[in-house]
Amino acid sequence: MSALIELRGITKIYGQGQASFKALDGVDMTIEQGDFVAIMGPSGSGKSTAMNILGCLDVPSGGEYLFRDVHVEQLSRNERALLRRHYLGFVFQGFNLLARTSAQENVELPLLYRGESTEARHTAAQAALKQVGLEGWGHHTPAELSGGQQQRVAIARALVTNPTILLADEPTGNLDTKTSNEIMALLTDLNENKGITVLMVTHEPDMAEYAKRIIHFVDGNIDSDVRKREIT
Amino acid sequence: MLWSSFLLALREIRRNLLRSFLTILGIVIGVSAVITMVTLGNGATQAVKNQVSSLGSNLLQIRNGQRMMGPPGGGGGGGSPPFSLEDVAAIRNQITGLAAVAPEVSKSATVVSMSNNWSTSVTGSSNDFFIAGSWKLAAGRTFSEAEEKAGQTVCLIGETIRRELFGTQQPVGESLRVNNFSCEIIGILVSKGQASMGRDQDDTVIMPIKAVQRRLTGNQNVSSIQVSVADENDITSVKEQLTNLMRERRRLGDDKDDNFNVQDTRQIAEALSGTTQVMTTLLAAVASVSLLVGGIGIMNIMLVSVTERTREIGIRLAIGALEREVLLQFLIEAVVLASLGGLVGIGLATLASIGLSQVMNVPYTFNVGINLLSFVFSAGIGVLFGYMPAKRAARLDPIDALRHE
Ligand SMILES: Nc1ncnc2c1ncn2[C@@H]1O[C@H](COP(=O)(O)OP(=O)(O)OP(=O)(O)O)[C@@H](O)[C@H]1O
Ligand SMILES: [Mg+2]
Repeated sequence: MSALIELRGITKIYGQGQASFKALDGVDMTIEQGDFVAIMGPSGSGKSTAMNILGCLDVPSGGEYLFRDVHVEQLSRNERALLRRHYLGFVFQGFNLLARTSAQENVELPLLYRGESTEARHTAAQAALKQVGLEGWGHHTPAELSGGQQQRVAIARALVTNPTILLADEPTGNLDTKTSNEIMALLTDLNENKGITVLMVTHEPDMAEYAKRIIHFVDGNIDSDVRKREIT
Repeated sequence: MLWSSFLLALREIRRNLLRSFLTILGIVIGVSAVITMVTLGNGATQAVKNQVSSLGSNLLQIRNGQRMMGPPGGGGGGGSPPFSLEDVAAIRNQITGLAAVAPEVSKSATVVSMSNNWSTSVTGSSNDFFIAGSWKLAAGRTFSEAEEKAGQTVCLIGETIRRELFGTQQPVGESLRVNNFSCEIIGILVSKGQASMGRDQDDTVIMPIKAVQRRLTGNQNVSSIQVSVADENDITSVKEQLTNLMRERRRLGDDKDDNFNVQDTRQIAEALSGTTQVMTTLLAAVASVSLLVGGIGIMNIMLVSVTERTREIGIRLAIGALEREVLLQFLIEAVVLASLGGLVGIGLATLASIGLSQVMNVPYTFNVGINLLSFVFSAGIGVLFGYMPAKRAARLDPIDALRHE
């Protein structure tokens, strides 16, 4: 079986000429179906940049990105949008929820673009909110929720579509240890029982312990890649 | 997809009530101002035309003073001698091709019948007055020769007087008290309707001129003479003859200017409708400014919310929306807001125009052209400025749209 994701010599250069900055410098990476990967590394080492490219939100400056043997770097904007719609769930470093929009509606949004019925959207969104421990909070707008609660709404929005792969950029960055552990338990559960491949950026070694594999970034490249547990 | 985009757009409108309201407000103000002003201006022009055509056709008016126009009956001649009944007789005898020559003198008076009283203007003239002014009889008769000669106190009344003093009663044969004398009502005139600028032509009492001179003005003066020309083609030549005759009668040397003037109704019509047309144009110009201000208001609101909207677009793109789905949603949102504003504007303008035209006494007509034009213009602004920023944002990579500041 071929890998779910394969990166070959991915580079990302911000800016132009003298002011240009190489955020990623030839990253090679292979991710199998069912893996749970934690990406760590100092601030500015290119973790978010790599996640955005993996999440098809941004395009690399060079290199190849294969998603199930499809060359993502050759896809059109619309094709990448459809890839995001059908296979990916993304949790942003900032929550990026729609303002003045209830948690329920925020979570329903990806389903809306998948063309699912109102009924199906309601049920799925409620289930997702329940999964992240926000049952009964559906009618609150982001302004009425704490940072941790907003983060959980963002996670619910990412997993409501049952994505093939869940990408989370510091999902516990704003949470206390107890809630962080709950979130990690949730991600582990999704990975173990639903077979969702999870990619997560974190600064906390405790959280990285939940993962099956830990990749360290330094200065735009992979410094170390350690497997802790086998993929089941 | 269209339907779900439509629902999404409606939800967005509801979610951003203040922004939606301000956008609509800008369009409403622009649309309603332009429509109201232009409609009223057109109404005023129409009213003037109606009034002039109701004055009578092929009509020449000789008035004292030098040229210059003014409303009929106004503007006396400073320093020039008044006309007299001899002038009227001379015109009648010496100029051919006339349908009627009517002297005119007016005075305001209070008329009383039983317990009702009304203040109006009493005009002294002859039977020719009815021919020149195209007046028709609703009931009764005009003056007899004897009544005219002797200046007997008989009168014909306009529709307004009939309504105000007699209501449902039949006034012919009744007596009407005018200031301190009484006169017999011998006829009623058919209504000509209200003229513009609040002057009601039906608010009038007509008496033989000698009666008015003796009982009301107390002198032999005639303030103006109306001449109706039988054949339209003769108007210019009759006008010239009248001028020469009057100069002769007043012994004006070649070095003197006319101290009277002869106007024909067409001239008056052109002058008056020219004036109202200028007014209409001016109103339209003022209104266009408000349309523009409304448009700039819409533009500002839309541009201010660009940052927030760009982030929103970034989020939608990130979770898998296609560029065209996002654009459709924003387009529908802009169109719905703009149409709503346009329709409310048209409704408001229609109400305001009907109300104001009643107050101003001008006829109201629904002007399709201006309604359409101002609607399309301001709705266009709304759509353009609602849609353009979205179009730019939807072309960004989602991550760039999310980073927008
Ligand atoms: N849009 C951009 N334009 C220019 N430079 C950028 C841009 N985005 C990121 N960078 C630069 O690229 C480098 C990597 O950024 P990135 O956000 O990937 O870091 P990170 O590893 O996620 O850091 P953190 O742990 O603080 O989130 C940084 O030096 C940053 O300044
Ligand atoms: Mg980061």
